[in-house]
Amino acid sequence: MEKKLYTIQVYSENVVGVLNLVTAVFTRNQVNIESLNVSPSGIPNVHKYTVTVITDEAQVKKLIKQIERKVDVIKSSYYLEEEIFVSELALFKVSTPAVLSNPEISRIVRHSGAKILEVNETYTTMQICVKPDAVTELYKKLTKFKCILQYSRSGVVAITRDKVERVSEFLKEQENQQFSFLEEGINEEEC
Amino acid sequence: MAEKITGAEILMESLKAQGIKTIFGYPGGSIMPVYDALFDYTRGPKKAFDHILVRHEQGAVHAAQGYARVSGQVGTVIVTSGPGVANTLTGIADAMIDSTPVVVIAGQVGVGVLGTDAFQELDLITVAQPICKWVYQIRRPEDIPWAVSKAYYLAKSGRPGPVVLDFPKNAQVTKCEYLPTTVNFVRSYIPSPRPNEAHIQEAAAIINAAKKPLALVGQGVELGNAHEELKAFLEKANIPAGRTMLGLSALSSSHPLNVGMLGMHGNYAPNIKQQEADVVIAIGMRFSDRVTGNLASYLKQAKVIHLDIDHAEINKNVIADVAIVADCKESLPMLTALVNEADHTEWIESFKSLQEREEEKVTRKALHPTEGPLLMGEVANAVAEATQGMGVTVTDVGQNQLFSTRYSKYNTPRSIITSGGLGTMGYGLPAAVGATFAEHDRPVVVFMGDGGLQMTIQEFGTIMEYQCPVKMVLMNNNFLGNVRQWQNMFFQKRYAFTHMLNPDYKQIAEAYKIPYLRVSDRKELAGAVRQMLDTKGPFLLETVIMEEDDVMPMTVPGASVSEMLLEKETK
Repeated sequence: MEKKLYTIQVYSENVVGVLNLVTAVFTRNQVNIESLNVSPSGIPNVHKYTVTVITDEAQVKKLIKQIERKVDVIKSSYYLEEEIFVSELALFKVSTPAVLSNPEISRIVRHSGAKILEVNETYTTMQICVKPDAVTELYKKLTKFKCILQYSRSGVVAITRDKVERVSEFLKEQENQQFSFLEEGINEEEC
Repeated sequence: MAEKITGAEILMESLKAQGIKTIFGYPGGSIMPVYDALFDYTRGPKKAFDHILVRHEQGAVHAAQGYARVSGQVGTVIVTSGPGVANTLTGIADAMIDSTPVVVIAGQVGVGVLGTDAFQELDLITVAQPICKWVYQIRRPEDIPWAVSKAYYLAKSGRPGPVVLDFPKNAQVTKCEYLPTTVNFVRSYIPSPRPNEAHIQEAAAIINAAKKPLALVGQGVELGNAHEELKAFLEKANIPAGRTMLGLSALSSSHPLNVGMLGMHGNYAPNIKQQEADVVIAIGMRFSDRVTGNLASYLKQAKVIHLDIDHAEINKNVIADVAIVADCKESLPMLTALVNEADHTEWIESFKSLQEREEEKVTRKALHPTEGPLLMGEVANAVAEATQGMGVTVTDVGQNQLFSTRYSKYNTPRSIITSGGLGTMGYGLPAAVGATFAEHDRPVVVFMGDGGLQMTIQEFGTIMEYQCPVKMVLMNNNFLGNVRQWQNMFFQKRYAFTHMLNPDYKQIAEAYKIPYLRVSDRKELAGAVRQMLDTKGPFLLETVIMEEDDVMPMTVPGASVSEMLLEKETK
């Protein structure tokens, strides 16, 4: 089966140790994580994980089921590049003397749309927020000039192009379920 | 305002609220406050539990597994931190892969010293996470009622499994009010999805068009308590059924539609016939590699309908044409309602010739040898004849397991307790101990090899102390028999460290005051089994087994199930 870049989104309860649980599924299935980003989601107490992997569809399906089976995981889904908006932030720290001595570097930086954060006589720090491929491309171009002092990437973040907010919908459905439990007179307390 | 009590006492009250009757455990430093509370809750006016002091923590968790398997209730374990809980990890992993509901409550160093390599500190969360259904660290006494209720809810609901509670000492001694709490809902968790009606209809249509349908029945049926629903389905649609090793008692051995055991050393007919069936209905089974043989050639001719409660099992090893993700207690009746009454007599009859071949080439020789030393098969058969298949069969792992699962009879639900997925040697004896504490009046017979027995032989102490009525059948061939068989078949008979010098088990039994009998003459076998079963309390029956016997039939590793061998190929 053909290997492609998949973006996996995982929503979990904000409890200690879920990151371990999620990454262990990749380890066990011998799939390398290309990038990983974890942050609070737009839903209170729900964390969002964005993981990119290069693998085939059968494997990615297996991964998301094994992740979703974990008790504290709310939802896990996978997307191909065209099904999702992705973006990545990168910071570059380059040598100021190198930039000054070679106009080609300035030209590349300008074309990339990078924003300059700080300039001094030693280094220039800039920030770029683009598609992951464009970050890699900029890195490749600059590295040829041996001007990069430091380089850091945020990992891919993504927003789905679904017209339905599936996680919110799911939680709403689940909460209705919970209320029906309560109506049946069953004492329930869940943090 | 209610009276403030310690976390340890809150744990006792929370366990009592769960209806827990039996706790298997072993004390130690970080769990001492809990044991101090347990002292009051196991005697006198506060008595709520029986605590069974095992002789090693691994024994506690296997005992809880045996208890859970035979009773359908959650097994409970209490151990200390560090080495105590580390010793339970084998059992936790075993319970995970075999979907057995157990809750392990482990002491932990106080939260103030977590992460400092304190005495008997183990990073339990990280260690347990991949091998259990849920693990939680209870850092404050206020969280105990909630965490305990959630632990039991998760352990028994949906696909059951082990849950671990990491209980730091400070939370055991700090006082707070006890506020009873019941958790029966977790928003991120759907224990039993509703069956999808369209999928049920699709499955029924496929079954109604089938000429050669075959059901593969697994432990899911037992876990879902769906024995009657299974029977109704099979009988209406007239579908023969093979059972996995863990599903052996999901359908009575004497049921006319039972066509035997699946798997590497299962019965010949259901293995071969899987590859002829036009429709395969897998019910509460996970297509383990021991069942499927070589996947590349497995069920390629058949439409596959897979019923399982766990979504992650669907399309994991075998691609299903229709998947019904639900509790089979719910989905089977829906399916039964839509399937036609059918008559597959001709197809079912076609299993007979294969059954006869197995009978002639394997079974007769295994059960009724006329000369030579005792064989494991005839020992298992002697027990099955004496109990009429009304006992609970517990096994260890290895040849003893393969022979005893093959030749035991299962005429009551929940009557097979064996380590199927993890294949844990040493499982049998403690699991049998646990099984005797569940409420039932069936004899518990455990079959063990000389290797497996010695892995957890310390539980003789538990048996002695509590006079557990465990009927222990030691099949002693002075070999790690299954590995020896593989060495014989696949490693040019190089018996690397599989021959074993055994102790005098009679003396060991005597030391523990366990009645003992040794039998080597087949004329005495039936009488010895009778004596074992008739003796009140524990009994150790040592059977002197032929050293180099092989379990057959066998699907050799890498082969297709249709290539199952009845006799060993001689090279």
